[in-house]
Amino acid sequence: MRVSRWLADRWVMIVALLVLGYLALPILVVAALSFNRPSSRLSYDFNEFTLDNWRQPCATSDMCDAVVRSVQIGFIATVVATVLGTLMAFALVRHRFRGRSGINVLIFLPMATPELVMGTSLLALFVSAGVPQGFWTIVIAHVMFCVSFVVVTVKARLAGMDRRLEEAAMDLYANEWQTFRRITLPLVLPGIVAAALLAFSLSFDDFIITNFNAGTTVTFPMYVWGAAQRGIPPQVNVIGTAMFAVALLLVGLSSLRGRRARRANLLAGPSGHLRRSS
Amino acid sequence: MTLLAPTRAGHPPPAPPAARSGRRRLLPYLLLLPGAAWLLIFFGVPLVQLAAASLYDPSGSLSTGYAMTWAVSNYPDVLQAYWPQFLRSFGYAGLALVLALLLGYPLAYAIAQKAGRWKNLLLVCVVAPMFTSFLVRTLAWKTILSDNGALVGLLRDVHLLAPDGRLLATPFAVVLGLTYNFLPFLVLPLYASLERLDPRLLEAATDLYASPVQAFRRVTLPLSMPGLVAGTLLFFIPASGDYINAELLGTPNEYMIGNVIDSAFLVRLDYPQGAALSFLLMAAILAVVFGYLRRAGTEEVL
Repeated sequence: MRVSRWLADRWVMIVALLVLGYLALPILVVAALSFNRPSSRLSYDFNEFTLDNWRQPCATSDMCDAVVRSVQIGFIATVVATVLGTLMAFALVRHRFRGRSGINVLIFLPMATPELVMGTSLLALFVSAGVPQGFWTIVIAHVMFCVSFVVVTVKARLAGMDRRLEEAAMDLYANEWQTFRRITLPLVLPGIVAAALLAFSLSFDDFIITNFNAGTTVTFPMYVWGAAQRGIPPQVNVIGTAMFAVALLLVGLSSLRGRRARRANLLAGPSGHLRRSS
Repeated sequence: MTLLAPTRAGHPPPAPPAARSGRRRLLPYLLLLPGAAWLLIFFGVPLVQLAAASLYDPSGSLSTGYAMTWAVSNYPDVLQAYWPQFLRSFGYAGLALVLALLLGYPLAYAIAQKAGRWKNLLLVCVVAPMFTSFLVRTLAWKTILSDNGALVGLLRDVHLLAPDGRLLATPFAVVLGLTYNFLPFLVLPLYASLERLDPRLLEAATDLYASPVQAFRRVTLPLSMPGLVAGTLLFFIPASGDYINAELLGTPNEYMIGNVIDSAFLVRLDYPQGAALSFLLMAAILAVVFGYLRRAGTEEVL
């Protein structure tokens, strides 16, 4: 009786933890395989413990070339998409203008379109326009699908901002540029940084759209795809594990910063932000 | 209103300099121009180009060039040739969606309502899989489901699987991979909806003699509808267009429409066919999405 009562109270949490286990399992396997010496090139089973893969992550040099290329593409695409998307977010939140709903549709559609359709349609465009495919066509494609996510992320931050802070700055004789530099930008920056990180991770991990627009250029996901047919070098799991560790570190740092900021806010007293009940 | 009062009294406020107000009106368009142009040129125009390519003369080739012959027959032709893959795409994605709902709803509910101070940590756990590469994660399932692996061994020992039965290279593996890969997209919007659910409403329902099942059906479920609809779409759209799981965890017998489109464009170089298939995929997804939205009755998610 007591056991069934205990289960009735907690079964949701128990199921949730099991599902989280299901989500975590492949990451644990990737981490374990990064210490594996496979018995053959095409084997996916754990064979023997070794540190060699971590000591020589670039033993297969074309894999490291692919990682470097993915980072370069991700960096350029992130910078361009973040700038374009942030400008659009400012226009949408801060200005009233005609054609707003059309722009909203234009931003929403790429997020709702299957990647396959975006990838093949860009391929059709590049081929018919005679544009040779390679590094820069990948960058163009990545900027295209990242922009919408940047707009959405920055918009959320901008919309939640207290405009009275800027009005106060203007009342204190700050001109527009000073207000933007000293008040607006620092307040929106966390949103822009989050958008940039999202854009980079989308770009770095994209396979489907890249696959159609890469020509002979090989990014990290394309390398893994090709290697899956020929046999995966165990160093792929080293890269996978390292990526995971870096991302986890970033999340940890930002949550620490967030906690400190919240404590500082608490000390500074209530912000006096009025909430409308709608 | 107070701003307008002096105007009516005959003291118009000083008009802003004309140049300044002109710039103000232009500013939003200047801010929008680069991004909107990028999306128009590299998202909008390509769709038109793809539509055109789907009507090219199918007897042309990439080297000799294609002639625009408005070959509408491309569509029935590809449908006739590849309807099993189409059906399979939506079948697998639908099956994965059902599985994901069974797994994802309790997860989202537990994080939103039961996790207390562990909420943020559990949320990080939900998105954590996305910290590492999609392909590398999917390949890890090859290890987990391997014929020599612990899971298959266990299932064979308890006779849930025949002694020579396999998990890898079966429809099961593909559906499992799809469920795994897109589950976070379902859980996050669902969580956002459930987080706003006031637990006192559930208490009120229980006070009014609702059984837990009734309380769920009449209170929790309707209130989580916006998140449920958004999450289902975010799951279903990429899952039905995916071909990575079918390629890595399945065999050609499990190929989905994405595999066919991929090989049409990159292996067979049959652009009219590939373009027609892409458009059919998009049309099918749009039809499913709008049909679903109409039934779910929550159009505001768009």
